[in-house]
Amino acid sequence: MSTSARELTVGMGAGGLATSDMVLNIGPQHPATHGVLRLRITLDGERITKCEPIVGYMHRGAEKLFEVRDYRQILVLANRHDWLSAFSSEIGVCLAVERALGMEVPERATWTRTLLSELNRVLNHLMFLGSYPLELGAITPMFYVFREREELQAVMEEIAGGRLHYMFNRIGGLRDDIPAGWLDRAAEAVATVRRRMPEIESFIVGNPILNARTKGVGVITPAMVEQYGISGPIARAAGVDVDLRRDDPYLAYGELFSPGGPGRVITRPEGDSLARLEVLLDQTHVSLDLADACIEKLRSLPQGPVNVKLPKVLKVPEGSGYAATENPLGFNGYYLVSRGEKTPWRLKLRSASFNNMSCLGEVMEGELLADMVAILGSMFFVVGDIDK
Amino acid sequence: MSVLEIVLRSVAVLVCFMVLPLVLGQAEHKVMAHMQGRLGPMKAGGFHGWAQLIADGVKFAQKEDIVPRAADKPVFRLAPAVSMFSYLLALVAIPFTPSTVAGDLPASLVYVLAVSGIATVATLMAGFGSGNKYAMLGAFRSAAQLVSYEVPLILACASFAMAAGSLSIGGIVHAWHPIWLLWQLPGAIVLLIAATAELQRPPFDMPVADSEVVMGAMTEYTGLRFALFLLSEYAGIVVMSALFAALYLGGWNGPFDGALGFVWMLLKTAAVAFVVLWVRMSWPRLREDQLQRFAWFFLVPLALFQLALTAAGVIYTA
Repeated sequence: MSTSARELTVGMGAGGLATSDMVLNIGPQHPATHGVLRLRITLDGERITKCEPIVGYMHRGAEKLFEVRDYRQILVLANRHDWLSAFSSEIGVCLAVERALGMEVPERATWTRTLLSELNRVLNHLMFLGSYPLELGAITPMFYVFREREELQAVMEEIAGGRLHYMFNRIGGLRDDIPAGWLDRAAEAVATVRRRMPEIESFIVGNPILNARTKGVGVITPAMVEQYGISGPIARAAGVDVDLRRDDPYLAYGELFSPGGPGRVITRPEGDSLARLEVLLDQTHVSLDLADACIEKLRSLPQGPVNVKLPKVLKVPEGSGYAATENPLGFNGYYLVSRGEKTPWRLKLRSASFNNMSCLGEVMEGELLADMVAILGSMFFVVGDIDK
Repeated sequence: MSVLEIVLRSVAVLVCFMVLPLVLGQAEHKVMAHMQGRLGPMKAGGFHGWAQLIADGVKFAQKEDIVPRAADKPVFRLAPAVSMFSYLLALVAIPFTPSTVAGDLPASLVYVLAVSGIATVATLMAGFGSGNKYAMLGAFRSAAQLVSYEVPLILACASFAMAAGSLSIGGIVHAWHPIWLLWQLPGAIVLLIAATAELQRPPFDMPVADSEVVMGAMTEYTGLRFALFLLSEYAGIVVMSALFAALYLGGWNGPFDGALGFVWMLLKTAAVAFVVLWVRMSWPRLREDQLQRFAWFFLVPLALFQLALTAAGVIYTA
């Protein structure tokens, strides 16, 4: 990339001020990038003339590592590329393998998985609802969302033992059955979070400065959504009505998103940062409703197995298949190619953040440097999910 | 004034300068923590972490003092001192009671406004002297902010001076009457907002915005020099809060002000400083252009309206 000097003539007699562009590296170490993302920005004053996202500082070779792990071990890796959607990513691998094996998962396990992935979604969304205002200089919402997260973390920790990387899924079901009384505690946690959501909302969308900072900033059009393969809350905030939970139902979502069910797909027509934030807020409410519905359903289900007994050596028959899930940040897909071995021949990972981030260059162009963080923060990404 | 008296007064100002910002900083730690459902410092010094900032100071003093190779070294080294001296000099003219003032200047209001403006020069020195792009962007922003906020600040102060018929802060406090709380309200709003912007405190902290330009002009500073910048920021809050308390809230005026005058002044200053801290907890920061628009389309007209109102009041009562 060249940094050509440009002439800007202002009314100063014969001369005029010569200005040149400045190249500013945001990252790889920068507070706004939440990890090691790097943006190479060309600035004319405070205005961004060019923005080039440079990724790969956190590349861990997840796909290559998949190829030398058996299917049970892959789960450990799969829940690490997007550490805020660990449970949902485990589900993706499980679905891919179970479909290839033609395995029937017990209904009880399916509903529990659905419940936990919705709780995981709430945890994920709360995190971004807190970190986004932080980038705009509001330091307090972070602590409020962490209080709510703690309610849910407690029930997640009780059932799975983990707080971030749950490792609660197994091929064919779940590791354990629900502990006694856990459903009541989960319902209570969901009710507590729902009750306190207005406090967070008033901090965020009720704030005039936050509105002024985000309205009309970083607009993403439906055309861009299609070109870059953007998905998840960012696509829905641009008015693209797409949600795999409804459009390609997996787990128990078919029933939850059926007419009259609690499932709703939230969209906004504006496509700006504020719309993305609002979608996240509304989705949190929907996920809490879905979690409630799952809890009710689980109460009515009879006791029974939550997993399938697996052979000592698990081999997936030759063939290929693709399993996509609606992760909190967007489509997350695993393309599994097996040659009948106990490890996959290839397991391609399609992560949400990578596609979502790829549009940054186009979105940032012409915006102010101060809006850079407003846009970057509203793209809701996890660096591990970009670099894999 | 004997030499001894001058030395004593200077030492008193220095002690105030070292103690009040630390008290304020500690208050910010605790106020912020409790507003966010935390406890804040609890260990250092024992009782509710009262010695946290002293511990911080010791830590800062132990850190390596780095001057970047690309920096304009003398300017870079001098900037924190300039910043500190600006508010140190301003503190000299702040009266705590009619007699408790280090230097009783006839035009102390003009003096305080003038020397507190020097702090912005220090930011510019730091920003342009660092040889760092983030620091330079921060300096650009604070320069732009200075231009737009000095005007409403001075207009608001002029209104108080006009109402009192005096340019001395002490004189203004003497002339203060409770009716000012209503009469000078628009000017007070302008003064508080402009002072916050002058101090580069949230929501007007885009020159230091840590998530964008990574502390702006202070990016390259480490150790004691960084601590001096922080100290002068809090000293600035003390000076501006004291100025606001003196001009608008009547300074030492209050029940038993013969004996308790300085208590009233300190309480009022603390209340104003609390508001400045409170805003930081609850609001995100504005963008530079939004701030400029706010200054020129809202604050300046409001300050001019206040001037007209004050003039009408002065003529009516004369």
